[in-house]
Amino acid sequence: MTPSSSARILRALSRNNAFYFFTSVGNYTGQRAMSLEEFAHKIREVEAASLEFHLYRGDFEKWADEVLEDRELSERISAVKLLEPVGNALRDQLDFAVSKRLEELKSAQ
Amino acid sequence: MNKPERLFNISRFKKMKLKNQAVSLDALDWQILQAIQENSKQTYSEVGRQLGVAHSTVYDRIRKLEKNGVIKKWTVDIDLEKLGLNYMTARMTVYTDPKESENVAKKLSEAKEVLEVSMSLSEELLIIAKVLARDQDSLHSFIAKKVAPLQGVLRIRTSIITKKIKEERFLIEKK
Repeated sequence: MTPSSSARILRALSRNNAFYFFTSVGNYTGQRAMSLEEFAHKIREVEAASLEFHLYRGDFEKWADEVLEDRELSERISAVKLLEPVGNALRDQLDFAVSKRLEELKSAQ
Repeated sequence: MNKPERLFNISRFKKMKLKNQAVSLDALDWQILQAIQENSKQTYSEVGRQLGVAHSTVYDRIRKLEKNGVIKKWTVDIDLEKLGLNYMTARMTVYTDPKESENVAKKLSEAKEVLEVSMSLSEELLIIAKVLARDQDSLHSFIAKKVAPLQGVLRIRTSIITKKIKEERFLIEKK
């Protein structure tokens, strides 16, 4: 991974590209992430119901792949989904996957 | 003077002036509005016969009501389900920063998916909107991509309408 590709993934996003946390269809929590780093923080803060909603719709994978342009992170999130975790177990596994990837990207810069 | 002539009194039109933004109408205007609200497909003659006035009176009154903006538009209520167009409706409540609420309401009003936009002030400033979507995915996508990112949106609550028990427009009563 080159420093520039890491920087690209870690960049600050526009409002339109941010990740918006919902708990169900149309119910926005008011929490959003405008970068991967902020996303890692929000995973620890938002309701577990929101994490469940987005994980099983494939929203996290899609955002990682299409917006952050980080295929690796997208695949790691897919791997979490295969384990079918719920509640705080889901939060912990997602937190682990995202935080680890964040560290790798930061050290590659 | 027979009844139609008595009711067709030009001077009465002068009463249809703006008064605190409300248009002042006489009894015949109200009766005409009631008749066409019940069935707007009626001819001027049919309305005139019901009310005992000439069709030209009905025509003139309706023209005046259109000009004054009392009659906003003529439309038709189509049953989309009969056409196989199975759209879903949702009521979306958008909690906003008061400084941005006007702008949020304006942006929502511009979206083709939004049929109605209203504002309410309870404990917080709310924007209530009626949203039409093909399915839950389209509804969510619209709210996540077009509404949540608007400046000043704090959170959103959405209720999907699963069964409509009654839907009527306000019917005016005879004055």
